[in-house]
Amino acid sequence: MAKITLKKLSHSYLTNQNNDADWALRGVDIDWKDGGAYALLGPSGCGKTTLLNIISGLLKPTEGEILFDDKDVTTLNPVERDIAQIFQFPVIYDTMTVYDNLAFPLKNRGLSDTEIDSKVKEIAEMLELSSTLNNRASGLTADGKQKISLGRGLVRSDVNVIMFDEPLTVIDPHLKWVLRSKLKELHQKINRTMIYVTHDQIEALTFADQVVVMHEGQIVQTGTPVELFEKPKHTFVGHFIGSPGMNILPCEIKNGQINFEGKILPTNTSIKKTNFSKTQVGIRPEFINFSNDGIQVKIKRVSDTGRHKVIDTECKSGNIKILASASTEIPTGSAHISFDQKYTYAYGDNWIIE
Amino acid sequence: MNKTFNQKAWYFVIPVFVLVAFNAAVPLMTVVNYSFQETFGSNVFAWEGTRWFKEILHSERFHASLGRQAIFTFIILLIQLPLGIFIALTMPKKGWGVPVCLILMSMPLLIPWNVVGAMWNIFALPDIGFLGNSLNSIGFDYNFTQQSGDAWFTTILMDVWHWTSLVVLLSYAGLNSIQPAYYQAAEIDGASRWDIFRYIELPKMKKVLTLAILLRFMDSFMIYTEPFVLTGGGPGNATNFLSLDLVKMALGQFDLGPAAAMSLIYFLIVLLICWIFYSLMMKDEART
Repeated sequence: MAKITLKKLSHSYLTNQNNDADWALRGVDIDWKDGGAYALLGPSGCGKTTLLNIISGLLKPTEGEILFDDKDVTTLNPVERDIAQIFQFPVIYDTMTVYDNLAFPLKNRGLSDTEIDSKVKEIAEMLELSSTLNNRASGLTADGKQKISLGRGLVRSDVNVIMFDEPLTVIDPHLKWVLRSKLKELHQKINRTMIYVTHDQIEALTFADQVVVMHEGQIVQTGTPVELFEKPKHTFVGHFIGSPGMNILPCEIKNGQINFEGKILPTNTSIKKTNFSKTQVGIRPEFINFSNDGIQVKIKRVSDTGRHKVIDTECKSGNIKILASASTEIPTGSAHISFDQKYTYAYGDNWIIE
Repeated sequence: MNKTFNQKAWYFVIPVFVLVAFNAAVPLMTVVNYSFQETFGSNVFAWEGTRWFKEILHSERFHASLGRQAIFTFIILLIQLPLGIFIALTMPKKGWGVPVCLILMSMPLLIPWNVVGAMWNIFALPDIGFLGNSLNSIGFDYNFTQQSGDAWFTTILMDVWHWTSLVVLLSYAGLNSIQPAYYQAAEIDGASRWDIFRYIELPKMKKVLTLAILLRFMDSFMIYTEPFVLTGGGPGNATNFLSLDLVKMALGQFDLGPAAAMSLIYFLIVLLICWIFYSLMMKDEART
């Protein structure tokens, strides 16, 4: 059990770095509390697996340091750091039985046979592997194998942190749900720090108390699922989280006010800085309503998803998506819309202005 | 819907049938034909039934060359497999060393077999060959043309030099197909280097090693050209392996009947051992 601190962590796979694109990670700072459930969320190639491998000790960072409970572990290997990691694809020892697979990390740490036996049986029970304990691991289905991988990570009670690298990629959709709830349940039961890497927002938002959103090697926002939804700190978070994502449109900022389509948009956040090369306004489709006056748009298409309607509209500055309840009357042709000022944000060079 | 029946496409298969008939079926059937008959040339044949088969199976000469052949194959498998796996494990995984190693490893495989024999013959000559001369000058009484132990040593060394690369290349391909996550997981599980080899690398190489063993078994069991050029089966009969003996019987003595029977027995032994070995190796595969 440990709290984890990352200080100014940067990593590059190249020996010489010329520009930002040469870095897989750029200046990552993180403080993670002991026993928390965290998710690292981002698209492929954003650096989340790199970050995970640095925390586990499989990679040495180019710059920066990693602290477990204020102790510098930057140069320690995975065994010395005492961590567990579960990989994207099931990693099993083909020639061993399920039992031996689960017992392997314990045996290597010199535990007694009786201790090993009780721990293996306990974890097998938890993951519903008890009936297959004496089978050869290679004979199991993909999700059975991934359960073994999970089991090998969870079987050790002394680990500082358990890390999951997109562990449910190979699992069938209906089992994904089951295993995810199982992990959540396990977290509550054993109360250990868990880090979950994924590119799937639903997985991240359901698993974690705190979600860290990564983009191009940087952390763009850390927060609870609600915070990420209601107040994206970066246009990427707005795009990436939510379905459909946030509407982000070019605007002008004058005298601390948002000028959009010749109108002033009221907002609850105060805008102080103004010197940006690019300014945009962001509003989630959920927070747009039809009104009698306001911004004029042309209705292009309405798609009914059952529970709500997604309306594609067009204004002079670009396309705006609106999410309305299924019962909403949709005007045809042109209409006027207004933004909920509580959720209207201005972005300067992609970062929120406040 | 009207379906047109037209079976003319079968005509396209005829060339294949003709080709296979001439390069496999017809020669094999000729051998079968010879094995049951006595011939004195001029296409005069006399029926002998299973006489040649009985003779061969009870012949001490056949037993001796079969024994030599089995020992030879056993020794070279025992050397080449562990050595090949070991070299593959130590080969670099990336960088400029990869192409260098791969090219070096492929070289022996690209040399024509009789050239390999000739090379080693000259290399091992006790008076002028580098190997033979060096061994003698540091005090070994080495002469592969006269001492059977030396002849065996040289033949095995030559085969190891010639064919270990095949095991290396196959093992290397097998090792490279292992996902990095396996090594990472093993590192986290606290596995030792031996554990990694025993529980990850060896099981993952199982298929390519099966292939390597089969290929090396077949090729070494049927070895002809290199020992023919190197020792010619000598001194005496010391390195007279099965195929050398077969050719001596067929072309040297012109005993076509017994030679044909021996060919068939030889062929069936290779087939049987391959089948047994393959079934054993793939038994687990079928179960899973």
